[in-house]
Amino acid sequence: MIVYLLRRVGQSILAVVTMAVLVFIGVYAIGNPVDILVSPEASQAEIRATIERLGLDKPLWEQFLTFAGNALRGDLGTSFVYGRPAVEIILQRLPATFELAFVALLISVLIGIPLGVYAGLKPDSLGGRSVMAGSILGFSLPNFWQGMILILIFAVWLGWLPAGGRGPTVELLGIPVSFLTPQGWAYLLLPALNLALFKMALVIRLARANTREVCLQDYIKFARAKGLSPRRIVFVHVMKNIMIPIVTVLGLELGSMIAFAIVTETVFAWPGMGKLLIDSINLLDRPVIVAYLMLTVVIIVTINLAVDILYSILDPRVRLSEVKG
Amino acid sequence: MTPLLQVEDLRTHFFTRDGVARAVDGVSFTLNRGEVLGLVGESGSGKTVTGFSLLGLVDPPGRVVGGRILFDGTDLAGADEARLRKLRGKRIAMIFQDPMMTLNPVLRIDTQMVETVLAHDRVSRAEALARARAALVQVGISAPDERLASYPHQFSGGMRQRVAIAIALLHKPDLIIADEPTTALDVTIQAQILAEIQKLCRETGTALIWITHDLAVVSGLADKLAVMYAGRVVETGETSAVITAPVHPYTRGLIGSVPHGKPHRSMLQQIGGMTPSLLNLPKGCMFRPRCPRGDDECLAEPALREWLPGRFARCVHPHLDPHLDDAKERVS
Amino acid sequence: MTDTTPTPAPLPAPAPARAQSPLLRIARNFAEDRLAVLGLLLFLAVVVLAFAAPWIAPQNPYDLAQLDIMDGGLPPGEASFSGMTYWLGTDQQGRDMLSAILYGLRISLVVALVSLACAITIGVVAGMAAAWFGGRVDSLIMRVVDLQLSFPSILVALILLALFGRGVDKVIIALVIVQWAYYARTVRSSAIVERRKDYIEAARCLALSHRRIMFRHLLPNCVPPLIVVATVQIAQAIALEATLSFLGVGVPITEPSLGLLIANGYDYLLSGRYWVSVFPGIALLITIVAINLVGDRLRDIFNPRLQK
Repeated sequence: MIVYLLRRVGQSILAVVTMAVLVFIGVYAIGNPVDILVSPEASQAEIRATIERLGLDKPLWEQFLTFAGNALRGDLGTSFVYGRPAVEIILQRLPATFELAFVALLISVLIGIPLGVYAGLKPDSLGGRSVMAGSILGFSLPNFWQGMILILIFAVWLGWLPAGGRGPTVELLGIPVSFLTPQGWAYLLLPALNLALFKMALVIRLARANTREVCLQDYIKFARAKGLSPRRIVFVHVMKNIMIPIVTVLGLELGSMIAFAIVTETVFAWPGMGKLLIDSINLLDRPVIVAYLMLTVVIIVTINLAVDILYSILDPRVRLSEVKG
Repeated sequence: MTPLLQVEDLRTHFFTRDGVARAVDGVSFTLNRGEVLGLVGESGSGKTVTGFSLLGLVDPPGRVVGGRILFDGTDLAGADEARLRKLRGKRIAMIFQDPMMTLNPVLRIDTQMVETVLAHDRVSRAEALARARAALVQVGISAPDERLASYPHQFSGGMRQRVAIAIALLHKPDLIIADEPTTALDVTIQAQILAEIQKLCRETGTALIWITHDLAVVSGLADKLAVMYAGRVVETGETSAVITAPVHPYTRGLIGSVPHGKPHRSMLQQIGGMTPSLLNLPKGCMFRPRCPRGDDECLAEPALREWLPGRFARCVHPHLDPHLDDAKERVS
Repeated sequence: MTDTTPTPAPLPAPAPARAQSPLLRIARNFAEDRLAVLGLLLFLAVVVLAFAAPWIAPQNPYDLAQLDIMDGGLPPGEASFSGMTYWLGTDQQGRDMLSAILYGLRISLVVALVSLACAITIGVVAGMAAAWFGGRVDSLIMRVVDLQLSFPSILVALILLALFGRGVDKVIIALVIVQWAYYARTVRSSAIVERRKDYIEAARCLALSHRRIMFRHLLPNCVPPLIVVATVQIAQAIALEATLSFLGVGVPITEPSLGLLIANGYDYLLSGRYWVSVFPGIALLITIVAINLVGDRLRDIFNPRLQK
């Protein structure tokens, strides 16, 4: 287990380093780093100072070491727009994005799994077919357009919920959050639903496919032959088996949830780091883009690592083979 | 004494896209308390579906469409799900073919055993656990406490089948249906499991239906045989009588193809042809196209008839005097 | 002397084979699901409409001479001064939405199809190479694939476009980069399964050339899973392109795809002029749903585990 863990952590670090090299090449080797990292309005003196600080007059490998060294110290450049360290600006926006992603994940699981299991148990029933048809629709709706329709219906036509923004937040352990107040929920609900819908469709399909497969297994028939109640068979025998693939996939999808939050945040003007990225792209605030990229890489790699470890805890078969190996 | 189980003309059909598959189409046999019945047939003859039909475990598109299953006086063929569920595991237990697949891979053995106890008896968890432990000891598993806390994948195939048997024994059922429980195991383990089940059934007075394609295995175990072909029981009777003097030409062919107790290098007999497709059954007697005695009289489907005392067969031209028939065949 | 070689007697015509060709069987199987057939017809209709846009659209939405600013922001069904009816309304510049959608659809489909073709080519070559050579080549290619797939495609595409700038060609490049890995992985896994089978061993014993074995024997067996992945990916590509254009890093304003049309309508949404972004969205939705319906059915057909 320890060996496996160490190897897995090693792979993750390798992934981060590889991405760092790619980002470095993208910024320093392909583009002109002075254009990318120095504000267009900077004076000659400022440009010279930056060149010196980043070592842009030195050979490429030395530049990389400087870049990597700075990155390790958490210095990924200074925003042109805000005049503050890029990492600091992004970390400030991080809680809003994380809250959105987690709530969306929760919604997609709480609604998606029951629907998917139902459709898997009764694939030919009207309900099962409707769930599947709905999931195809959810799968096909482009995220941003679906968000706009939500705004159109609930904000413009019905006027029940605000069309965008985050509204008032309260502090929880020093972090501003929305989910503790009703007003917070009013602002949170639509974006979270928007972000959740696509994943919900994914969860439904996953749960349905796995349920169907598990139900064909001998051990389900054996469980029935033991005289167990249908409830026990579904909630213990089926559920426990389908949870393993679902948790794995969902964990990996958390990363894509944070990426897709870019779209949702743009549609709903949600002040998270995704909206910041789009704003920065439009304002050509490149240090923020580079910092966002590096931070997201670290986040996603960390999530993947955590999912792998969780997976090995959940599945007794994997646990054993890893102990042996 | 009324028999424990009396199956009369059971019919289970599968309504598939390509037509109706009559997997079971006329199965009849009786079984008394404590008796062992060998249900013998080639793969696809409907013996497994018969087993599932008894428990009401046939999945769509399959359905029991006719016949009676009188278990201890009540008909299970039309019984509702709730009633069947009370019987399953409690009074009729089942052991499956492949022990690698019958235990849920993500649940511990104790969970899978305790839930079986609690499904039928209102006892405390501790008591259920004690019964599970006792059942494991009964089937010869050492270190039961350690085994209870394990997952199925930590067991060998033979050990898993023992666990499955222990689960079947938890409620001391009146009847155990064992569907080829030794086929997936190594030969040495097969013999062990076979002896084990036989011993346990004898001790507890449990009746047993042993489903198999292997006549050699079942002949030493069963009191009675029911031979199935293409969804029908073609011959039933006491094991020794069926083995020594089979009435139906199919049973005869089946016994001829067993390599047991024959002189070295003597030719094994074989039955020519293949089992018919369930979707495209021949007219009249199902065995006619492969039968050495088949003729135009066989085009009308024969009924199960008592040809000799206690010997039922579904045939127009039965072998009623084996010695005479043998001699005739040798001449021709 | 005349050539007296006897002409061979005509062979009796072979009895009509009862076994259907695999293609016919798949087609039959496919046709059993009416929804999937509907999806296929819809998709074909969409493709025809998109490519016939210059001939069937009521106006050329990018010919400024044909636009009348006086017709700006008309709701669906309203007629213009010149008597033309705008069935789906107009945008702020007085552009007929129906025409804009047809032209936009064309750009969306071209981007998706071109990137699909490039990504499949790269993916098949990489996947086959990984499966065939194994060892270092395999682990190097698969490392890259794994790394690529561990990051969400929208993120990768967004960053690429943020660095390169917008443009139809750049969107296509970004889509190819985020998609090739799916094909490489698919081809590799089915090629490896096939490679272990006896007939490939036999082909090797016959000393057939590598290329021949790979393309005549291995590749055809990778086609079914490849088709399934391709249908999923083409829907994804259309959605992704629309999303990128919506975010303002995709196609340029001079060549608006459906995504850009929707983005343009976003500003009017809150003022109730829903049609500017709702109708392009519906066109987008119909296209993607149609492809997904087809893809779902294909997946069921090619999934051996669900076959009876």
